[in-house]
Amino acid sequence: MNEKVNIKSLIIDKPLKLDCGQTINNFPLAYETYGSLNKKKDNAILIFHALTGDQFVSGKNPLTKKDGWWSYAVGSGKAIDTDKYFVICANVIGGCLGSLGPSNTNPVTNKIYGTAFPIITINDMVNAQYNLLDFFKIKKLFAVMGGSMGGMQVLQFVSNFPDKAKVAIPIACTASHSAQNIAFNELGRQSIMADANWASGDYSNQNKNPNKGLSVARMAAHITYLSKNGLQEKFGRKLQERDDLKFSFDADFQIESYLRHQGSAFVDRFDANSYLYITRAMDYFDLTKEHNGNLSRAFANTKTKFLVISFTSDWLYPTSENKEIVIALNAIGADVAFVEIESDKGHDSFLLDVPEFLNTLKDYLNNSYSKNLI
Amino acid sequence: MKPEFKIISDFIEKNTRVLDVGCGDGTLMEFLQNNKEIDIRGIEISKDNSQKCVGKGLTVIEGDAEKDLTQFPDGSFDFVILSQTLQAFLNPETVIQELLRIGKKAIVTVPNFGFWKVRLHLLLKGTMPITKNLPDEWYNTPNLHMCTIKDFYNFCHDRKIKLDKSLALHNEKISSINELNLNIKNLSAELGIFLIER
Repeated sequence: MNEKVNIKSLIIDKPLKLDCGQTINNFPLAYETYGSLNKKKDNAILIFHALTGDQFVSGKNPLTKKDGWWSYAVGSGKAIDTDKYFVICANVIGGCLGSLGPSNTNPVTNKIYGTAFPIITINDMVNAQYNLLDFFKIKKLFAVMGGSMGGMQVLQFVSNFPDKAKVAIPIACTASHSAQNIAFNELGRQSIMADANWASGDYSNQNKNPNKGLSVARMAAHITYLSKNGLQEKFGRKLQERDDLKFSFDADFQIESYLRHQGSAFVDRFDANSYLYITRAMDYFDLTKEHNGNLSRAFANTKTKFLVISFTSDWLYPTSENKEIVIALNAIGADVAFVEIESDKGHDSFLLDVPEFLNTLKDYLNNSYSKNLI
Repeated sequence: MKPEFKIISDFIEKNTRVLDVGCGDGTLMEFLQNNKEIDIRGIEISKDNSQKCVGKGLTVIEGDAEKDLTQFPDGSFDFVILSQTLQAFLNPETVIQELLRIGKKAIVTVPNFGFWKVRLHLLLKGTMPITKNLPDEWYNTPNLHMCTIKDFYNFCHDRKIKLDKSLALHNEKISSINELNLNIKNLSAELGIFLIER
């Protein structure tokens, strides 16, 4: 996992006070960009990644050698057209692809942080990434957008910086992490912690790796990203390279084999402690509570134009939770559009080839951008 | 541009906040946005149309006006438009009340079921009328509560809803409706256009 790849990174010298009370200094923030910033610097889009995403939005991911996580949406001529827009994406702090995270070395102890890393929040992630605006000398972004945890960062960004993005597109997300979602995250964390190789988070210093635990965490989470109908249609009860049941605990069914593959591929690219830290950040996210139970207050005085998007089969971040955001914005007369896209691909819909979603996104961006130019 | 839209546009003052309820594919919204300096929003029930609107960069939320208007605070719009949609609601009376709650004024247009061609169709053919404004069969029409110009006029009167303007439209010809000519307009107009307030 620590294979050397070409990662662009800033060292943020401005101290960042975290919500937990600790302050981080001179920390790395890894990022990637696509397209080019125009002279007026008005075509920048900051994309926030989801739980297991990274800064490699499009093109080939140099680590996995696979397509970037949002290749369907971002690229030349695509919904987020890199011929037109300057796309920036950073690895979140707490992550494991170049930004400061639990797999970094603690300068005080000279050992890998592990669980000595401070707890971080969505707010901390956003504040760290805000430094990118200074670095690129961008006064105002054209857009901030992201799905799932990326959408939470969009909401937090606009709340923290009400005049720093013309357009905000939170997709398949929530303003307040639900009990069900905290429960699923806890399942994943307990799975990692139950692996003896986790060694109380000190596995890297002990040359161990809690791959089994992390893999099971990913398998469980992956189910929540799909829908019942989607699974049934794709796998049904189809058997894996066999004609009949084997009366054993082998992967008889294709769905079992698929999930095992998802789990084992994941451990090659992700750090178990990062998984703990980032899921914790999601659980702590509650923009409504942060504003004394009134979500509208999070967006008071914002001039940002919002587009909220949800998917019919997403039961992890259902339409009802996305609509809460719309309702809060309408209550204060903010500029908010909303569509619920028909798809049987579950929460993962935003990452996949869902033409109605991608076309709406493309047209909305292009029309909003050209209207802004006048 | 449809004469109906032109009239609606004339009702709307500059620098106002406007909501188009049942905005369809956003044609009226675009027309108003291009011709008036206003802040316009829309709400639309069909997924296809909502996506078209959003694709045009319009501020439209996908939703059901019978449930989702509650999220808008009292008096949050200067004008609320309901163009040829009233008859499609399960509960038109509640919708009108909601329009007048969230809007300082409302513009409501109704396809007139009292139009002579409609009446003649039923009288002579004995089947449910099908006209230019009412193109669907009885079994697949979205129109649950058809009314006439006179019905709507009386409705407003009974509920003490102020009729600021009442216009009748027939073949691009616009005329005003009043107490005296109500029966004639109810026979001769295809569409009634009303500017109302509480």
